[in-house]
Amino acid sequence: MDAPRLSGTDLTLAYDQRVVATDLSVAIPDESFTVIIGPNACGKSTLLRALARMLRPRKGAVHLDGSVITSLPSKEVARRLGLLPQSSIVPDGISVADLVARGRYPHQRLMRQWSRADEAAVTEAMRATDVAELADRIVDELSGGQRQRVWLAMALAQETPILLLDEPTTFLDISHQIEVLDLCADLHEAGRTMVAVLHDLNQACRYATHLIVMRAGEVVAEGVPAEIVTSELVRRVFDLRCEIIQDPQTGTPMIVPEARRRVTAPALG
Amino acid sequence: MTVRVGPWSVRLAPRSLLVCAALVAIGCGVAVAAIATGEFTVSVPDVLDALFGQGTPVAELIVSKLRAPRVVTGLLVGAAFGAGGAIFQSLTKNPLGSPDFIGFSAGASTGGIVAVIAGGSAMTIAGGALAGCVVTAVLVYALAFRRGVQGYRLVLVGIGANTLLLAVNNYLLTRADINDAATAGAWLTGSLSGRGWEHAIPVAVALAVLLPVCALVARPMRMIEMGDDAAKAMGVKVEAVRAVAVTAGVLLTGVATAAAGPVVFVALAAPQIARRLTRSPGVTMGASALMGAVLLTASDLVAQRLLAPTQLPVGVVTAAVGGTYLALLLRKDRH
Repeated sequence: MDAPRLSGTDLTLAYDQRVVATDLSVAIPDESFTVIIGPNACGKSTLLRALARMLRPRKGAVHLDGSVITSLPSKEVARRLGLLPQSSIVPDGISVADLVARGRYPHQRLMRQWSRADEAAVTEAMRATDVAELADRIVDELSGGQRQRVWLAMALAQETPILLLDEPTTFLDISHQIEVLDLCADLHEAGRTMVAVLHDLNQACRYATHLIVMRAGEVVAEGVPAEIVTSELVRRVFDLRCEIIQDPQTGTPMIVPEARRRVTAPALG
Repeated sequence: MTVRVGPWSVRLAPRSLLVCAALVAIGCGVAVAAIATGEFTVSVPDVLDALFGQGTPVAELIVSKLRAPRVVTGLLVGAAFGAGGAIFQSLTKNPLGSPDFIGFSAGASTGGIVAVIAGGSAMTIAGGALAGCVVTAVLVYALAFRRGVQGYRLVLVGIGANTLLLAVNNYLLTRADINDAATAGAWLTGSLSGRGWEHAIPVAVALAVLLPVCALVARPMRMIEMGDDAAKAMGVKVEAVRAVAVTAGVLLTGVATAAAGPVVFVALAAPQIARRLTRSPGVTMGASALMGAVLLTASDLVAQRLLAPTQLPVGVVTAAVGGTYLALLLRKDRH
C-alpha cells in the first residue's frame, strides 16, 4: 500500500508549557471516513488541529502528499485540505451565498476574484448541503442546524479532497446531528477523505470506516469499528462498564452502558 | 456584481460603489463650501479658477494659502483616521478596538505634550506625536502577544495603556509651564486651524503608500474576522497579515495625529457608519477612509462657522456630529 496522503509521525503536541501528547503517530487512510474519539481532554481535537496545520508540532511532522505540511505554501495546502473549526464567527449581516463564496479564497487571487470555476463550486456546494434555497438569507437568522450546513458548504466550496471536521455535531440537537453526519457520509461516498472528531461513540461506530480511539494523548486502538470496539476497550478508554450489541439499523457496534446497581437499603415492612 | 476581462475578474458590490461615489461627491461639495465661505466669501467659479492658478491675487491668497491647505489636511487626516480605525476594529472584532480607545492616540498625545514642553516647533510636535503613537503600539502589541494576538487581549491591554497614558498626560500638563500647557491643551482637542501644506504633504505621502497596503490586506482581514482557525484553514497567513495591517494602522493613526492632534471619534465612527451604509459584511477600507474624510471636513466646517467668529476645535464637533449620526444609525438597526 502506498503511504497515505495525510499522516503524522512521532508528534509531540503542546500548548505553551502544557504537553498534550508525545510520540503520537497516526495515518489517515485515503478515502476513508475516519473518526477520532476519546474522553474529554484526551488530545483528539489537538491532534486534528495538528493534522490541519493549525498547531505546529513541537517534535515530529505532519505529512501531506509526502511533504512536511508546514513547508508547503499555505494556499496550496488549503486547496488540498479543508478544516471546519469547532467555532467560527459569522460576520455581521453576511448572506449565505456570500459566506459560502468565502470558501473559494484559496483559489482566488487579487486579480482573479470570481472565476466561473468559483461560481460553479459555490453552486455545487450549496446544492450538496441543501442550502441553495437559503442563498439570500442572512446567516445570523438561521437555526443552528442550518448554520452548520452553511459552514459545511463553505468548506465544500473549497473543493479539497481531504476535509477535517472538529466536533461538527456539538451544539446541535439529535436530528440535526444525524443530518450533518449523513451529509458527511454522502461526501465520503462521493470520494472525499473525511476526518471528524466526534463525542458520541455510537455515532462514531455507525459512520466511521476507520476509528481512532485516543486516551491521554495516546492512540489506544484503531481500525474498523466492528473489529476493535469491545466492552473491554470502552471500559479501558472511557472508564465505563457496558455491553456491546449490534446496532439494529446498521449492524455496527452499539454501546449500552450498564445500569447502575442501586445500593439502597430495602424498605422494611 | 462581477467584472470579467479575459482571465481576470473583480467582484464589486453595487451598493458600496454607490456609497463611495456619494461620499466623494459630498466630500468635494463640503471642500468647495469650506474654501468659498468664511469672513471673506469667494464665489465658486473664483475658487475653481484660483485652484487651477488662474484667479485674482486676493482670491489666490485666501484659497491656495489659507483655506485649501486646511481643507486638504482635513480630508487626508480624516481618511487616515477612517482607514486606521477600520483596520483596528476589524482586527479586534470590536468597535472599541479603535485607536482612540486602545491607547494609540493617548500615546501620540504623550509624545506631542513632551515635545511641546521641550519647546519644540510644530514639526517636532508632529514627530513627537508619531513617535509616541508607534512606541505605544509596539508596547501594547508586545504585551498582548501570546501565541498570536487575540482581539480581546489587544483591547484589554490597550484600554489599560490608554488609562495609564491619560494619567501621564494629565500629570505632564499640571507640571508644565502655563503657556506650554495652553499650547498642548489646544493641540490635544484636535484642530485643523492654521494647517498649511507642510501638514498636508506628510499625510498625503503616508496615504499614498499605506492605502494600497490596506486594499491588499482587506481581503485576508475579512477572512480573519471569521476566526484565526477558519482563516488559516483557507490558507491565510494570519500573523503576517495581522502584522502588516497593524503597522499600516499605527502609521496612519500616528501620521494623522501628528498633523491634526488626537481628533476623537473619527476612527471609531467612520468605519461603523461606512459599514452600515454599505451593508457590507466585514471591513470596508475605501468607504471607511472616504467617510472619515467627509466626517472630519464637514465637522471642521461646522466648527468654523457655527459660532463664528468664535472658532471651535474640530475635535469638539466630530464627537457631537459623529456621535449623533452613529446613535441614529444604531437606533435604526434595532428595527
